[in-house]
Amino acid sequence: MKLSVKSATQVLDDRHLEIRARILELAAELDRVDRGGGAEADGRLDLIRSGIRILLEGPSAGRAEKVQLLFSDRYEPGWKIPQPRQ
Amino acid sequence: MSNYIDPHIHMISRVTDDYHRMSLAGCVAISEPAFWAGFDRGSAEGFRDYFHHLVDVEPKRAAQFGIQHFSWLCINAKEAENVSLSRDVIRLIPEYLERPNVLGIGEIGLNKNTANEATIFQEHVDLAMRTNELILVHTPHLRDKHKGTLMILDMFRNDKRVQPDRVCIDHVEEHTIKPALDAGYWVGMTLYPVTKCTPERACDMVEMFGGERMMVNSAGDWGRSDPMAVPEFILAMRRRGHPEALIRKVAHDNPLAFWQKSRRWPGLSPRP
Repeated sequence: MKLSVKSATQVLDDRHLEIRARILELAAELDRVDRGGGAEADGRLDLIRSGIRILLEGPSAGRAEKVQLLFSDRYEPGWKIPQPRQ
Repeated sequence: MSNYIDPHIHMISRVTDDYHRMSLAGCVAISEPAFWAGFDRGSAEGFRDYFHHLVDVEPKRAAQFGIQHFSWLCINAKEAENVSLSRDVIRLIPEYLERPNVLGIGEIGLNKNTANEATIFQEHVDLAMRTNELILVHTPHLRDKHKGTLMILDMFRNDKRVQPDRVCIDHVEEHTIKPALDAGYWVGMTLYPVTKCTPERACDMVEMFGGERMMVNSAGDWGRSDPMAVPEFILAMRRRGHPEALIRKVAHDNPLAFWQKSRRWPGLSPRP
């Protein structure tokens, strides 16, 4: 069930400045990391870059879920489940 | 502001002024799950004092502001790594289960998804099944959440006694809400800065999944958190133009419908 009551234009009217501010904040954070230097081998920076690439994907309703999964440990089916007892 | 319920907040960590503000904003009831105190307790007797606080002390403080206070009992997932202590605490819980304001067992769950945590999770479920209790589930933080949530669903699926409509999977986010809803559980979206969900993202999930079996909470505690988070969600929903009936369903009717399944449910009192 999809309940969105606002058009894309209305969402942008409401949220454009908020989104702009967040992009600026992110840009400044990455500049700060660069000024500090020495983080090129830090895997967290790779994850952040991968997350930004997800944002640039084409029309999709699943960016938030994809970013969440990017920053998640992998689930391994078949793990040893403790058994119920009476 | 219309009446609302915050079904997950740790008032032991909050000042009385928070009760005042919540009441002014329309809060009529809350539930407080047993959680980690910010340090590992040294013995089960420490939990006896904590349970006394939850079932006897906090309801009186809440009542001064016309808010009904309910609670959930357990040893939390973080201290569950200590299996011996956990078993001592689980043995204490039945002493408190007949109090009318206790809703069930919670917030049980996983923290770092370890074997010890899973063992104690299942032993809590065993207790809940023996005593016919509702269950409130804490799902892990950040990178551990997706894996831990699926492990918790595995354990419930493996225990044929568990009825999904008597369980709430809490702290769901975009990557965990669908498997929980699809399996028939109630879900809680926690509005908590930085590490969990914002009011706007909670609105998005209501829009994507429809609001059935969904609720929102602040999980206000001793960390950076906002006991007014549920009113923030209500405001965000209104700004998007959603009908009052849908807002009330998520912020009041759904948690109430879940709580009403408790075998001791005493009912909500009219506000003074």
